[in-house]
Amino acid sequence: MKAKIHVTLKSGILDPQGRAIQQSLATLGFSTVNDVRVGKFLEVELRDSDQTQAETQLKAMCEKLLANTVIEDYRYELETSEPTTTP
Amino acid sequence: MNFGVLVFPGSNCDHDCAHAVEEGLRQDVQLIWHQETSLEGVDAVIVPGGFSYGDYLRTGAIAQFSPIMEVLKEFAAQGGLVLGICNGFQILLEVGLLPGVMMRNRDLSFICEDVYVKVENAATPFTNACESGQVLKLPIAHAEGNYYTDPVTLSSLQANAQVVFRYCTAEGKVTPEVNPNGSLDNIAGIRNATGNVLGLMPHPERCAESVLGNQDGLSLFRSMVNAFTEVSSS
Repeated sequence: MKAKIHVTLKSGILDPQGRAIQQSLATLGFSTVNDVRVGKFLEVELRDSDQTQAETQLKAMCEKLLANTVIEDYRYELETSEPTTTP
Repeated sequence: MNFGVLVFPGSNCDHDCAHAVEEGLRQDVQLIWHQETSLEGVDAVIVPGGFSYGDYLRTGAIAQFSPIMEVLKEFAAQGGLVLGICNGFQILLEVGLLPGVMMRNRDLSFICEDVYVKVENAATPFTNACESGQVLKLPIAHAEGNYYTDPVTLSSLQANAQVVFRYCTAEGKVTPEVNPNGSLDNIAGIRNATGNVLGLMPHPERCAESVLGNQDGLSLFRSMVNAFTEVSSS
């Protein structure tokens, strides 16, 4: 199964990249943009097919390496290969 | 005294550090590949600057899991001297030997220039050759030197004299205008609570001999030798 992991700066942490992009968008005429936050997106292919186990693993991965929890938050979605009825 | 300089894939100040202690202070030095699992015979460790693992994911994030880092944590826990410079500082933050995190520079640019830093604490194994309040001229070269930590940690760093270097004017005034990267409280270097681990963004090894036009950086390495000599003769 595949996991989609989002790592984003915590709210309140200044994001100079996001601000520069917002200013650039404003220059291009996209004046409705209030704020831009830049983060990371990772796709992780997992061999494990057990959802609970996979989630435990993902959490550990994020805490240990993928996010620096001093300044970053993370969230993930699991995509199983077979269509599933649970949301 | 035996210095060990760690070498990660992408380290590029390792030889400069080795040169500084070898030529500047006539001390023994060995380069230690990050896959090594021993620091046998090493009295002090320098984690040098560069771009370990290409700065992938975050600066220092991947280097923290190299085999030598487990040994380094043990070495530091037993009181061994550890100096992290630039990317070395970032690695020490990621591995948790020092508190906080480095963010992108305030203005997003890679900054390569000489800066002035004030020695806020001269009673450390890394600054005993300096006077308290002394101003050093040191070069910086980084894109992620914007030090950040939570307010509680910052207060405890300040209260315990763990802020060792701060960006300042040539006269030693710490002002927001001379803060090159947006670093919290103008922090250029901090030490751990027990005082045997120090990280700083400027590069002392790049200004440690007269032929380079500046020897201010040598005082850090000299301090380490002083500290070691004191401990081993007591």
